[in-house]
Amino acid sequence: MQDLDKLVTEALALFAGIDNADALEQAKAGYLGKSGALTELLKGLGKLPPAEKPAAGARINAAKQNLEEALNVQRERIALRALESRLAEEAVDVTLPGRGRGLGGLHPVSRTMERIEQLFRGIGFDVADGPEIETDFYNFTALNQPENHPARSMHDTFYLADGKHLLRTHTSPIQIRYMEKHQPPIRVIAPGRVYRVDSDATHSPMFHQVEGLWIDEHISFAHLKGVLIDFFRKFFEDERLQIRFRPSFFPFTEPSAEIDMSFGDGWLEVGGCGMVHPNVLRNVNIDPERYQGFAFGLGPDRLTMLRYGVNDLRLFFDHDLRFLKQFV
Amino acid sequence: MKISEHWLRELADPALDTAGLADLLTFGGIEVEAIEPAAPPFERVVVGEVLSVGKHPQADRLNVCQVNVGAAPLSIVCGAPNVRAGMRVPTALVGAKLPGIEIRLAKVRGIESQGMLCSAKELGLSEEADGLLALPADAVIGASVRDVLDLDDQILITKATPNRGDCLSVLGLAREISALSGVGLRWRVPQPVPQELDERVAVTVAAPADCPRYSARLIRGVDAGAATPDWMLRRLARSGLRSISAVVDVTNYVLLEMGQPLHAFDAAKVHDGIEVRRARRGESLALLNGSTLELDERHLVIADARQPLALAGFMGGEQSGVSSATRDVILESAFFVPEVVAGRSRELGFGSDSAYRFERGVDFSATEVAIERASRLIIDICGGKAGPVCEVRGSLPLRQPVVMRLGRAQRVLGFEVPAQQAVEIFKRLGFAPKPADDSIEVTPPSHRFDISIEEDLIEEYARIHGYANIPALPPPAAAVLQPLPEARRNAAALRHQIAALDFQEVVTYSFVDRQWELDFCDNAAPITLANPIASQMSVMRSSLIGGLVQAVSYNASRQQPRVRLFEIGRCFLPRNDLPQPWRVAAIAFGSAAPMQWGAKERGVDFFDIKGDLAQLLAPRDLCLQPALHPALHPGKSATVLCNGRAVGCIGELHPRWQRKYGLPSAPVLFEIDLDALLERDLPRFGEIPRFPAVRRDMAVEFDENVRYDDILTELRRAAPAILLDLTVFDLYRGQGVEKGKKSLAFSVLLQDTEKTLTDAEVEKAVADLRQILQQKFNAKLR
Repeated sequence: MQDLDKLVTEALALFAGIDNADALEQAKAGYLGKSGALTELLKGLGKLPPAEKPAAGARINAAKQNLEEALNVQRERIALRALESRLAEEAVDVTLPGRGRGLGGLHPVSRTMERIEQLFRGIGFDVADGPEIETDFYNFTALNQPENHPARSMHDTFYLADGKHLLRTHTSPIQIRYMEKHQPPIRVIAPGRVYRVDSDATHSPMFHQVEGLWIDEHISFAHLKGVLIDFFRKFFEDERLQIRFRPSFFPFTEPSAEIDMSFGDGWLEVGGCGMVHPNVLRNVNIDPERYQGFAFGLGPDRLTMLRYGVNDLRLFFDHDLRFLKQFV
Repeated sequence: MKISEHWLRELADPALDTAGLADLLTFGGIEVEAIEPAAPPFERVVVGEVLSVGKHPQADRLNVCQVNVGAAPLSIVCGAPNVRAGMRVPTALVGAKLPGIEIRLAKVRGIESQGMLCSAKELGLSEEADGLLALPADAVIGASVRDVLDLDDQILITKATPNRGDCLSVLGLAREISALSGVGLRWRVPQPVPQELDERVAVTVAAPADCPRYSARLIRGVDAGAATPDWMLRRLARSGLRSISAVVDVTNYVLLEMGQPLHAFDAAKVHDGIEVRRARRGESLALLNGSTLELDERHLVIADARQPLALAGFMGGEQSGVSSATRDVILESAFFVPEVVAGRSRELGFGSDSAYRFERGVDFSATEVAIERASRLIIDICGGKAGPVCEVRGSLPLRQPVVMRLGRAQRVLGFEVPAQQAVEIFKRLGFAPKPADDSIEVTPPSHRFDISIEEDLIEEYARIHGYANIPALPPPAAAVLQPLPEARRNAAALRHQIAALDFQEVVTYSFVDRQWELDFCDNAAPITLANPIASQMSVMRSSLIGGLVQAVSYNASRQQPRVRLFEIGRCFLPRNDLPQPWRVAAIAFGSAAPMQWGAKERGVDFFDIKGDLAQLLAPRDLCLQPALHPALHPGKSATVLCNGRAVGCIGELHPRWQRKYGLPSAPVLFEIDLDALLERDLPRFGEIPRFPAVRRDMAVEFDENVRYDDILTELRRAAPAILLDLTVFDLYRGQGVEKGKKSLAFSVLLQDTEKTLTDAEVEKAVADLRQILQQKFNAKLR
């Protein structure tokens, strides 16, 4: 039976050296196949004396099991190697770019408009809209600027050739249109394009404004300050931002103020505001003895420039992709 | 207005530095826009007296001067042509720093120069100079030139709001400073000059409503050629006014000082008295600015017996103005009501310092004081004898008492307003307050034209109290949710969706080139601006297409091979009711996808943009109807239908415009009413089928002119109920398909909601479909 030990040692060494599934199965046949060496040994058991048979049989079976296990190990090893090599072949350069369509983006001023809307919606403001070709009445007269009022020269107005209409110089006409249709309490903002005859590095003949209006029984100048300071701090995400209010004049508010924001070492004008003038309320049949409140106008173009560090207003209207793509 | 700080401080001088003074005004509502030094910095320049002038031995054009600066005389080489012994000139000592240079002890052509004699230009006081700056003969030798010429002054540039005409003078600003700071106003009301003539000016006011007060005075024997004193010239110059002649300089000076516009006529040119009247049609007037005005009844003029002499409140006439030959002067000081000049500047195309002030309101109580002030100055400078002030006075504006209720002020401002403080503030403003129980009554002074209602007083109180001292409070409000209609998304959501489809938003001008309207919209009569800033921005757009094509062209010419843009904005339709619809438009140019290694490049086409639009419209169906559009390729353009309504157009840019607008390939685009894209139907639940669906593919040959839409419509109408969905997945022409025909391959999805379909039912349904196609479209099955 020494042959058996030798046979097993031989077979194990042979299997371990094979790295091909077919060759392994062939090698298996040499030992465990119909006429394999081990099979032959089993066949030879019959010739042994009966007393030796069980022990010899057990040994041969143990050897057979030993070989089967070795085969399984080797099969798995071969399969694993095959998988590894397939995976290696399938590997891609993951640093190559992905495929698909590109991504567009919003105009930077739209981003600002959207944030302004979100912030004011958060404290219950409605959002309103109005025509850009306006009448003299809505743009001036209803806003307490009768014809020939010197304040009209503050706005260089575009007029239509029909002699009856103009391009709105501010979003304030929407105040009037909104108050004509709604009774207090009123909380509304009105974003949009406005037009003035002006064009240089800091002025565009077309630009944006956001009008705001809050009318109720006890809305005061202190509330105006509270809301606007809060707005600017939230918009710029800076609770230390300084906001100051300078007395000014607008025909449709009184008291009126310009709003300055701290910027670097200095201050920048970012809007105008004030308590709605009683004449304006009267013009829309709201009793100024009962109701009062504030209005403000913000310059979203200026806010966008400050927020993103844009240094030239004209870039907003040049539609240069090299600029616009920076805001995707 | 530009004004000298030193002048201002003569009238009101709070203990504040220049920046502090500027802030005081700015936070009082009179914005100081800028502060400019009256002169650039320089030092060690003193008054020197030229003792002697000798020729430089080495140079013809140079002199060697002995100059007395208070100590031992200096020897200074000088090349100025006007140097002469006895004159006093700015002398830069060794070590002096002038704008751009430092003076050192140096040899000039071999002669040592112990300093430099300076021109105005060398001191940075003027752009040009043709010699040394001659200082007054009484300038103290050795004194700093900065002191002698008052150069350490600052110029405040103020911007008064339109309601504050009273702040357009030194006196007005000083009043404001006094009210804001509490320091006293140092204004001595000018006293009348002695009357040395009896001769009166005959004044008639035929338009008393326009001119409630008119004062005139004759001054005879004036030396019109007299020199304006240096101090006055300096102040005028610092306000940006050039010297004209002594008499005119005086009128300008008093205008700046008191805010009262004055005019001086040459008495010799005024015939038989002065009349203030409306002009007559046919009259004309040559004005001092060189223009000639055709007059009519709308114009108020100052006339003599023969003709109009001046446009009231605006400007004097050329012919009656003071010249160097003038000996006798008629001074005018009047009050014209704001309505006479208001809005007139825009009409005339020019303004004037006088009109600017009358339009905003001039102190009607000061006309006589101002004429006395100007008379004093003219007589002091030019000599002459004054006649009496002849005045016509009508009904001057009334100053009605105005009441401020403390409770109201408190409600408007949002904090407690103490009565005593409010009274104090109104006193400082010169409002003569009369306190009552819970209110204060004031009578505004004649220089204020902006105090007539309670709010005016609340504002005055708040302004002087200081806006910074008003608390900032969050307002209390009812916590009511705002409506958020689900069947209508907001434009912001749409913006994001379009951007996600690879379009970049742009904002193009609402006013466009007239030619764009013709080219892209066939609109020959667009809405036109009366005063455009440029001809290519002269009409209102009726479509967004022009702006987008131009924007693509702009980027294409800047090496952008692929441009995809969109805009949401209003358009303006040239109809009587002026509709201003919101539209959204998108344009795609270049390759369909960004350049990439994993996909074959191809140009964007009609069906790319149609797919984009379909996504935006979903869940509604996009339906197109072939239609011509002036901007679009006639074979690749369509009207967009949404729920049967035409809402816009889609197509490829017409090759004509592609060439004209410089594009290497044709972009595709759409333009849709914004509303159509904002409206969205609410989702509605439908039962999920419990039985499997069956898919069958079929290829069918059609005539070229059969439209997919028609096939779909017909199948939807006639097909068996179990047809769930139909998708076209191939369009083929070429080998195997007859010429003039096309083959469409459909994938058909069949499903019964009640049971599993049998093979026989499926085959029958497919056969039915084929039959429909065959019968209706003469289709051939493949």
